[in-house]
Amino acid sequence: MALKRIGQQTIALPLRPALCAGAAYVGKKEGEGPLGESFDFVTQDELYGQQSFEQAEKQLYLDAIRKAIEKAGMKESEIQFLLGGDLLNQIITASFSARELGIPFIGLYGACSTMSESLSLGAMLLDGEHASQVVCAASSHFCTAERQYRFPLEFGNQRTPTAQWTVTGAGATVLSLSPRKPPMARLSQVCMGRVVDLGVTDANNMGAAMAPAAADTLLSLFDDTHTTPADYDLIVTGDLGQVGHDLLMQLMREQRMPLPQDKYRDCGLMIYDDAQDTHAGGSGCGCSATVLNAHLLPRLESGELERIIFMSTGALMSLTSSQQGESIPGIAHAVVLESPKRKE
Amino acid sequence: MNRKGEKTVNRQRIHTDPQHYNYLTEKLSPPSKLGSGLLRAFWVGGLICVLGQAIADAGVAFLKLSTTDGYSLAAIVLVFLTALLTGIGVFDKIGKYAGAGSFVPISGFANAMVSPALEFRREGLVLGLGAKLFTIAGPVLVYGIGASVLVGLIYAILFH
Repeated sequence: MALKRIGQQTIALPLRPALCAGAAYVGKKEGEGPLGESFDFVTQDELYGQQSFEQAEKQLYLDAIRKAIEKAGMKESEIQFLLGGDLLNQIITASFSARELGIPFIGLYGACSTMSESLSLGAMLLDGEHASQVVCAASSHFCTAERQYRFPLEFGNQRTPTAQWTVTGAGATVLSLSPRKPPMARLSQVCMGRVVDLGVTDANNMGAAMAPAAADTLLSLFDDTHTTPADYDLIVTGDLGQVGHDLLMQLMREQRMPLPQDKYRDCGLMIYDDAQDTHAGGSGCGCSATVLNAHLLPRLESGELERIIFMSTGALMSLTSSQQGESIPGIAHAVVLESPKRKE
Repeated sequence: MNRKGEKTVNRQRIHTDPQHYNYLTEKLSPPSKLGSGLLRAFWVGGLICVLGQAIADAGVAFLKLSTTDGYSLAAIVLVFLTALLTGIGVFDKIGKYAGAGSFVPISGFANAMVSPALEFRREGLVLGLGAKLFTIAGPVLVYGIGASVLVGLIYAILFH
């Protein structure tokens, strides 16, 4: 019997694993955005001193993980699992980082939903007392994603108004059952999402492809926990962008569970401002991973936010499936994060 | 739904029918700006063509070239300039601004060749650069040359 399940999809974590520390390493454009001041490190060089963009992404990933472990007051040897992924084929960023870390590695692919996927699984490992310290990480890099999914960087094409800009950045969070320092937040519930596909085929409109999955997971979480948006200070989605944001609001209205305007934010709309001309906003695993670690965790730590839903969203297509005319399946995993200052 | 319109198995809580969702997506997705897009393409594309004509005329006037050679010179100079601008990272900005205005003239072809060459150099000269050089220009060449052969055949049958 699965004692910790509540409802259809939600899992309660009675030990409430602590999010001890987080780190976010980003690129120049993200550093120039509204959250620029909050990141641990902003590189001005897209190559980050490496030979290729893939190596640069791996180095950002590695540095973010090491920084997070250091901020948590721990040593690498004390971390028992690394759970992480990225957008590149065969998740080379995550596994090549793991090669250098020597921490038992669980590689994940959830497209841009990887950050909340890794947090969910990491927290469950802790709550099941299979580990006492884990680190969760995700990253993306504009240049590696462009060359894998789209066109060469110097190709002079126009992006459509619904297209999103892949975030260059890596985020890592250390989770623990026995934090060394006062934790930044605690993770109380997890809602693993289902794959939802309402037939969007336009790979330049991933927000539209992912919004139904986001709505599905949110509705499941509300249903299972008997809560409504009013019970949370903020509901944050990963990278729906402007189009997906508007569609999610519309879908939730239609399902009679409207999201109040002031309580719903999307990381893809938080990381850049309009003047940066990214069209519909940011995307990529790094989008929600860096916004969580640089912006949301400190606000939870200070008690400014007491209880939030953090939900990264992923579009599970590949170049091949898109070219074969398949529609884009979406996925979203939600975690409920609570401030240590929150009164029960 | 897959391409053939068969309904794929999709168990989900969102009881929204895909047609309704398609309608919502179209309503909430901003369209491309047609007016300013056309205007930008027109003036940049026009300017590139004027430049090409000027090079051809200059070739005829100063280098004493034949008219045909003048046009070849124009093509060579424009391809060189585009390759240079692509290499120093300027042409993608022009392309972003002008769209088809910079893509349709020969500059677009040069950019389509040079940008993959730059991009995939790191994967090696043979399997990187060599294999990926035609990723963008390839389809244009295949169907462009294919169409010209077909038209040539029709012309030969009808008029000779």
